[in-house]
Amino acid sequence: MCLAVPGKIISIQGEDPLSRIGKIDFGGVLKEASLAYVPEAEVGDYVIVHVGFALNRVDEAEAQKVFEYLREMDQLAELDEAVKPGPASGETPPAVR
Amino acid sequence: MKFIDEYRDAAAAKQLARQIARLATRPWNLMEVCGGQTHAILKFGLDELLPPQLALIHGPGCPVCVTPVEIIDKALEIAARPEVIFTSFGDMLRVPGSRQDLLSVKARGGDVRIVYSPLDALKLAVQNPEKEVVFFGVGFETTAPATAMAVFQAARQGVKNFSILVSHVLVPPAIEAVLSSADNRVHGFLAAGHVCAVMGCEEYHPLAAKYRVPIVVTGFEPVDILQGILLCVTQLAEGRAEVENQYSRAVRREGNPAAQKLIREVFRVVSRKWRGLGEIPNSGLGLRESYAAYDAEQKFGVAGLVVEESSECRSGEVLQGKLKPYDCPAFGTRCTPEHPLGATMVSSEGACAAYYRYRRTPVPPAS
Ligand code: SF4
Repeated sequence: MCLAVPGKIISIQGEDPLSRIGKIDFGGVLKEASLAYVPEAEVGDYVIVHVGFALNRVDEAEAQKVFEYLREMDQLAELDEAVKPGPASGETPPAVR
Repeated sequence: MKFIDEYRDAAAAKQLARQIARLATRPWNLMEVCGGQTHAILKFGLDELLPPQLALIHGPGCPVCVTPVEIIDKALEIAARPEVIFTSFGDMLRVPGSRQDLLSVKARGGDVRIVYSPLDALKLAVQNPEKEVVFFGVGFETTAPATAMAVFQAARQGVKNFSILVSHVLVPPAIEAVLSSADNRVHGFLAAGHVCAVMGCEEYHPLAAKYRVPIVVTGFEPVDILQGILLCVTQLAEGRAEVENQYSRAVRREGNPAAQKLIREVFRVVSRKWRGLGEIPNSGLGLRESYAAYDAEQKFGVAGLVVEESSECRSGEVLQGKLKPYDCPAFGTRCTPEHPLGATMVSSEGACAAYYRYRRTPVPPAS
């Protein structure tokens, strides 16, 4: 029930910050959500929506960080030939070098 | 869809799992405190990607599951009244009270309706001035801003036939209850990303420092969860106990100030009973005196009801990570999603329901 999902604001109705309503596109499914808690949100932004309320804007730059981290890990792994197939579960993992 | 599929990438998940296996050199237990994460872990089999010395313990992270029998019985009593339209999120309808559930009240003619948002309940109140519309306000800090807004708008618009049965609970006191228990076995936490989207990360620093545990604010997709685990294990391997934010695309350090402001406007911190865990001090939200007119417990005179938990359901131990669902004697036999004995078997975010759906038997010991 705590499920909250990201969607894209495609239009906004109303001016009053407490009763602004956004039409949100969740991968093709359209739903309305209150924008009362994201006064800074604009059309085109992604927001996390939970029980009819946008809780926060999704920060695109921060969203990239997970993948930057993964790329860095890849580069480290290339330098480290110990990571061949990866330990099958159950084996003792190789020591960190 | 953007911000979903890319976080389900199998190659990225495997890469993270390999890294976790390299660092998890000792037997460590990590607890996720969000039912959405529990569900994703079992659905995507993330626990099967982890080395055997690393165990995931599913914490009291499903608000439906921790709602005590007592409040369900209060809901049943209110919902059975002829003048009431009782509204709730769908997950609450099958949660057993001491004798029945909301669905059976509905079957006997009670006007029980599922709503998507508390604002829909308020709308019903405006459309049905001759009825009393009650909303069952359950949930963590993620959901509290929505309930708070419904109350605030009702007061602003002078809607009098609307009230809330409040059962909101707070996550940090539950983490502290787990950590301070004498037989605590948890070495690190994945904190619930959407709770922190509202509340921010600040509340977790004192807990991490006091109990020397890493707390990593984590999202809900497989790559998020595995990265959260990796950050947690990295801290353990390096002997650190800090608050880290894996889910920075949605969680800012200060959280959402506008939502916090409205929570403070409408609610105050109160002690609450948790199903299976008992009363935890300062672990919930109740309406402020200035909004007492919207308190369904007072309006319908059920505040004094006290009910003991049933003894057959072992969800208290499941919620503290002391028992895996399949080790409960009733699991899958007398207790199934069709005939749940406990709330953890009802909600899709409940550990028992998630295990019933995805993991009937223990993960076979890896060979
Ligand atoms: S399997 Fe059913 S009875 Fe057992 S702990 Fe889970 S909900 Fe309770």
